[in-house]
Amino acid sequence: MIRSFVAAIAGALFLAVAAHKSEAQGPETGALQTILQENADLVANASRQTVQEVLDVLVASDLPEVPDFLATWNTRELYQRQSDGLFVYVEDPDADPLTLLDISTGEVVGTATSREVDQLRPNRGVQGVIAATLVQFRLTSDDPEDRLAALASIESDPEESHLALLRDLVETEEDGRVRRRAEALLPALVIAFADADEPRVEAIRSLAGNVSLSARATLNPLLSTQVRISEALPEGENIARELRPGTDALSREDAYAMLVEDGLATPLIPRRTRADTLAANIVDGAAGGVPVETLNTEEARDRAYATLVEAGQADPAPTEAEIDAALDAHVFYEVYREDSAAVTDAARATLDGIETRVAFYRFLDLSLDGLSLASIYFLAAIGLAITFGVMGVINMAHGEFIMLGAYTGYVVQSVVANETLSIAIAIPLAFAVTFAAGVAMERLVIRWLYHRPLETLLATFGISIALQQIIRLIFGALTQPLSPPDWLAGSVSLNDVVSISSIRIAIFLLGAVFFVLLWLILNRTRLGLEVRAVTQNPKMAASMGINPDRINMLTFGLGSGIAGIAGVAIGLFAQVVPDLGQNYIVQSFMTVVVGGVGNIFGTLVGAFMIGSLQKAIEFMNPSNTLAAQTYMILFVILFIQFRPRGIIALRGRAAGD
Amino acid sequence: MSTLLEVNGVSVSFDGFRAINNLSFAIGLPELRAVIGPNGAGKTTFMDIVTGKTKPDEGIVRWAESAQSLLSMTEAKIARAGIGRKFQRPTVFEDQTVWDNLRVALSKPRGPFAAMFDRVTPEDRKRIDEIAGEIGLSGHLSRMAGILSHGQKQWLEIGMLLAQDPKLLLVDEPAAGMTTEERNHTADLLKRLAKSHAVVVVEHDMDFVRRLDCRVTVLHEGSVLSEGSLDHVMADERVIEVYLGR
Amino acid sequence: MGETIFTRNRSVPIFIGALALLAIGVTILSEAYGTGALSVSFTKVLGMTLCLCLAALAMDLVWGYCGILSLGHFAFFGLGGYVIGMWLMTARTEAVIRANLEGRPLPPTEVEVSEATALQIFSVVGAEDWPWMWAASDNLALSLVLILLVPGALALVFGWLAFRSRVTGVYLSILTQAMTLALSLYLFQNDTGLRGNNGLSGLQNIPGAEGIGQDRISIWFFWASALALGLAYLGAAWLVSGKFGNIVRGVRDDELRVRFLGYPVEVYKLVIFTLSAMICGVAGALYYPQAGIINPDEIAPIASIYLAVWVAIGGRGRLYGAVLGAALVSLLSTYFTSGRAPDVELGFYRIEWVDWWPVLLGLGFVLVTLFAPKGLAGLVDFVVRKDRT
Repeated sequence: MIRSFVAAIAGALFLAVAAHKSEAQGPETGALQTILQENADLVANASRQTVQEVLDVLVASDLPEVPDFLATWNTRELYQRQSDGLFVYVEDPDADPLTLLDISTGEVVGTATSREVDQLRPNRGVQGVIAATLVQFRLTSDDPEDRLAALASIESDPEESHLALLRDLVETEEDGRVRRRAEALLPALVIAFADADEPRVEAIRSLAGNVSLSARATLNPLLSTQVRISEALPEGENIARELRPGTDALSREDAYAMLVEDGLATPLIPRRTRADTLAANIVDGAAGGVPVETLNTEEARDRAYATLVEAGQADPAPTEAEIDAALDAHVFYEVYREDSAAVTDAARATLDGIETRVAFYRFLDLSLDGLSLASIYFLAAIGLAITFGVMGVINMAHGEFIMLGAYTGYVVQSVVANETLSIAIAIPLAFAVTFAAGVAMERLVIRWLYHRPLETLLATFGISIALQQIIRLIFGALTQPLSPPDWLAGSVSLNDVVSISSIRIAIFLLGAVFFVLLWLILNRTRLGLEVRAVTQNPKMAASMGINPDRINMLTFGLGSGIAGIAGVAIGLFAQVVPDLGQNYIVQSFMTVVVGGVGNIFGTLVGAFMIGSLQKAIEFMNPSNTLAAQTYMILFVILFIQFRPRGIIALRGRAAGD
Repeated sequence: MSTLLEVNGVSVSFDGFRAINNLSFAIGLPELRAVIGPNGAGKTTFMDIVTGKTKPDEGIVRWAESAQSLLSMTEAKIARAGIGRKFQRPTVFEDQTVWDNLRVALSKPRGPFAAMFDRVTPEDRKRIDEIAGEIGLSGHLSRMAGILSHGQKQWLEIGMLLAQDPKLLLVDEPAAGMTTEERNHTADLLKRLAKSHAVVVVEHDMDFVRRLDCRVTVLHEGSVLSEGSLDHVMADERVIEVYLGR
Repeated sequence: MGETIFTRNRSVPIFIGALALLAIGVTILSEAYGTGALSVSFTKVLGMTLCLCLAALAMDLVWGYCGILSLGHFAFFGLGGYVIGMWLMTARTEAVIRANLEGRPLPPTEVEVSEATALQIFSVVGAEDWPWMWAASDNLALSLVLILLVPGALALVFGWLAFRSRVTGVYLSILTQAMTLALSLYLFQNDTGLRGNNGLSGLQNIPGAEGIGQDRISIWFFWASALALGLAYLGAAWLVSGKFGNIVRGVRDDELRVRFLGYPVEVYKLVIFTLSAMICGVAGALYYPQAGIINPDEIAPIASIYLAVWVAIGGRGRLYGAVLGAALVSLLSTYFTSGRAPDVELGFYRIEWVDWWPVLLGLGFVLVTLFAPKGLAGLVDFVVRKDRT
């Protein structure tokens, strides 16, 4: 920080000095302009061979504006006024007339129509040379930020000329950041551009165990291959492997097609060609002696075509025996594009080592993914674990409570702009809103249906669609924004393989907090005791002075309120739409059922199992999350066959006897 | 009198609570047996085990007639083998008529397709009428079972048991909720049944048990405490201790 | 047995009579054979409604009579639709392909037609080969059999697994919901062979009936739907009025008692569940040619819940109740969501039915569940059987 500040000050001073200098030399021509005017022809009509001359002069001049000038020239934004040959920048190339700016000071020097100036368009060769000079310039810049930027441009577009520059830099660089970056970059350039095998192999080995994407991107091209055909395996080529036709690596059809393409075998006659040939040879309503109207079977067409071949009117199709013979007569092999076997061997060995580590990190990443999915399921399901698991009430509107929580978050955020503050307000507010909704629902509907669970299901489903529609009427069907605070927006990454977004970590923590809190409430408080008493034997509980109505109401409110908080959390990463809850309701029920009804520990285990299972299935078939969900549900259905009461089975009324 | 059901060394526990502890029991055909015992003695669990509702942790339950173990059989199969059960709380199909209740219970093929194509034969009608007479519901055949009195439901359930034509009847508290007159009638009915069936009656009411005038088995904490005539067991020190808590 | 149906199920003659009257009335008012007062699209709506009634009837068998609240019955409905859809689409596409190949110098071979048809059908999901499940799609007779067998097989396997492990009540409901969710997710995938979320379309074009207008086709399908509903009603009435019905209702009210009477409860459940799934399959196979398109959305869990709600509103445990509920709610939904219902101007607010109908419907479910647990049929009972309280 301080360093760049100092650099900035130094730069400013320098500019001031330069400006002073240019003033001293007259208002119109700066030192840079002078140099350019001296080499005006070389600049205006630059060629690859000659441009280096003027570049050397520019570099030698040590003027601070040279890098900017080179960059501008290189991107074809430099102009020359026809009247006096003055080199200028323009303010806006699309404007007319153009506003001309001085190349040193940036001051306006006049206007001109596009016809009065020439735009300088260096060709690709010239651009390459300029870019190399530019890199060199930046690498030797005093400002470490400039040097880092130069390294970045080398990384994205490495060239042979950079190798020497980079080697020098590694030797001399004093800034730690820059040197580390350069050292990290060096192997890739050595591998790409060094002449001898030895330094290249050494560079490859230096990448061992490096799981970064760039390391893999450096090594993988070394191992790229192409398939070749010859009559015998040639000596002296860097052969990766031999391919046998008819194996997984090379199908018989593909192998033969390659032979045909190289002119080494007669082409197959596709059905289409056969049909066209027959059609072209129709004589008197017959092709190859077979009447056209009977040519509607494969067999008849084969017959007709054979006749045409005999008559020399069509190309013969190779027989199976001929195809086999042609395939047998040739060897198919993959050859490395890289000639040096030492390099490819080293790359293979190093890459294998890297892949093993990558596989390990992938597994770690997958576990984190599974854990994070599990915590989402857990959050979505934990309210249900109370209303359904402990009380035995099927609340199909649970998903809508989650949705209400998300919308509460959205509304709060549209009033309070600060994300952190708005989330901090939204969480208790969402709890209050859904707690109230839950209590209202329990009082008005559910309490009349405690002995009719299936009808509770239908009534709450009715509430679910009504709630959804009401929200749709108020807020519309479109996605509403609910954005996380900045400190939750990024992600934490261990390396290029393992990373997890901060929001997921937050959800995981939220889930953990919920779990502990609820466990304490249910197992360590008077309320929890009364809840368990009421769910196990309401009459007995009532006779002991517990008011079951009040307990049912509070419990249901608690479960619903938690769904609301979960909604805020889910809304931060999912789309806030009126049917948000629908995506979670079936999975939530399954989580509770798999875990075992009646205790939140079961829900935790259930969520963990379903989450990690789904990720594991996705891992096996990465392209398809739908398939993963399908198989996951099938697994749950099967699982319940063998453990109808879930992982953590309880006995008692709540367990569904 | 030959042994019909033999229960040997059966134990079962729920979450560490030993409901039945090394219980042995046998009943012959025909025989009437009363099982008594305080709450939680394992009377209902014992019936659950015999009828296949609960699987014991260890022990043998053998059905003598076919020398078969009942432990591997489903509830339905055990019922078809000839064990009928009346629950403590009367369970009849309340939404169906008395006649339908008895018809469903009649001993005929139990498969779904047999049921679809079942025709009511004159013999069926005769049998239903007979049973209805036996349980005093002749006049109520077309009424819904749900609107019968508690005692009538008890009888209907016993009637369904009869229609099922079992060898062994397990009857759980048949006299509960009945008037004295109804109780006497029930006791007579059970005694009559016991002339051709094996009947196990679980009962709390000592007067009713006395009226049954049969061998009594006393259960306590999941095992047999005492067995013999009512007077014999009532004189047993241990029984007195359990019942009176001395 | 007929005697038993009519004496024990007085609704049967009334229902069949009403259905016949409806069929005659619709025919008289139809465009194809009558005055034309009923538009083709409304005739289709009526035919589709009858199919939904048929599905509700099937639902009532398992839920109203056997106590199994299946929240996945639309899976069977959809499968029936997919099976017939595969045949319709294959046959129709093949006809179009043949017509296109007409001008070629050579008459097309079967392989050419088949390849071109497959390309036409599957190019939308980037495939060109026939998936295995289309193997029977070129055979009408086999497809018709599969309309029964495919939903039946799914119900049999699922039911066997669920019933043998004695999953009951709400657990079973959640499980059936998971089943239909899994099926719809499966079908949503592009590579499972049923065109992913594109579904099967153009089903209203009946192969072999190219020259016949939709006006006549719509009334034929209406008749077929009415016939299927009538036959299913008779069959269901016969089934539930006999001893089988007594046992099944016994399972609903007191499963344990039935089991201790020696009946294999699981087998009974399996039979009625499978039977009901097959009826649903037939309903779906009649519905989707009238709808014209089927896609995996149709099988989403919410559809099956609606089916249960119709039965609840109509009155479960009464065959006519299920049919009434389905007809009433689905026709009302069509009326209110199609924009036909006039908006209500309140001065300060304008009630647009398209928007407010779902709210009304949802609250209606709640009210019916709370205050009329026996549904509309409960009202009928109240009127007809005053003699008994």
